[in-house]
Amino acid sequence: MTLFRNVVFIAAIAGLVAGVVLACMQAFATVPLILKAEVYEQAGGGHTHDHTAAPAANATDANAMSSAEPAEAAAPAAEDEGWAPADGFERFAFNVVANVVTGIGFALILVAASEFAGGIGNWRQGLFWGLAGFAVFTLAPNLGLPPELPAMPAADLTQRQIWWTATVVATAAGLGLLAFRKSLPLALLAMALIVAPHIVGAPQPDSFKSPIPEGLHHQFVVAVTLTNLVFWLVLGAVVGAVRGRLTGTATGLRDSFA
Amino acid sequence: MNTASVSLGASVSSQSRFVQLALAAFLGIFVMGFVGFSHIDAVHNAAHDYRHSMAFPCH
Repeated sequence: MTLFRNVVFIAAIAGLVAGVVLACMQAFATVPLILKAEVYEQAGGGHTHDHTAAPAANATDANAMSSAEPAEAAAPAAEDEGWAPADGFERFAFNVVANVVTGIGFALILVAASEFAGGIGNWRQGLFWGLAGFAVFTLAPNLGLPPELPAMPAADLTQRQIWWTATVVATAAGLGLLAFRKSLPLALLAMALIVAPHIVGAPQPDSFKSPIPEGLHHQFVVAVTLTNLVFWLVLGAVVGAVRGRLTGTATGLRDSFA
Repeated sequence: MNTASVSLGASVSSQSRFVQLALAAFLGIFVMGFVGFSHIDAVHNAAHDYRHSMAFPCH
């Protein structure tokens, strides 16, 4: 199982680095917008979900994350929602953990997929593999299901998860065919695979009426897309760099641009 | 795109290579699915900000 061990080793390092980078970007770019949206969610009343002791008063300033606030007013919501991390440091810490854990998950998928195609030789090749990951896991599903803020209307959760997964699988298969098969019929099939999920269409909510201002949502979409782009570029580059070092090709890095 | 001439664990047979890579990919999918897609409330709440920030379907 040396191969498996090496794959896990590379994925662990890359996932850790990229996950920490992503968590830091989220703390400044996306989480403040989520906290703002939760204020609208609470004001709207008709929430399906809210965080215990959501920072109703101070969420409007961008650094609400850092104001560690004990969960005092937690009682009513906590009953239907189950356990949730307290706002402030605990919530931030769980976000970091989620980022690192899934970063390693994404890295495992990326390393395994790229090994089937011969492996990522250096950090420059890694950037392109990262772009592919961004296209598969961020761009494609986000066309049909744009990033949502809390309190935004949305279709049934399970149906959206099925569409998301199907889109990711179809886009990955399509990109793989485009990149690694050199025949016209397969290229046409690849295009069909990439386009098909969007012709079928993502599950949409009955009504688009939302308490969240359009501007806030737009800001959030931009923030999510850019943070994910950086995450995937870092992930791919670190995989390439670590793998190169492991296989001893790192010495020729400067003259082996992809 | 160039393919690297050096592979990880060059000595393993192609069948075992496939199994090991598939195993690694499934582990990754499982981890990602658990954190990002699990319907368990506690898992959802712990990873709530992450799910929104990654545009995973949430709520």
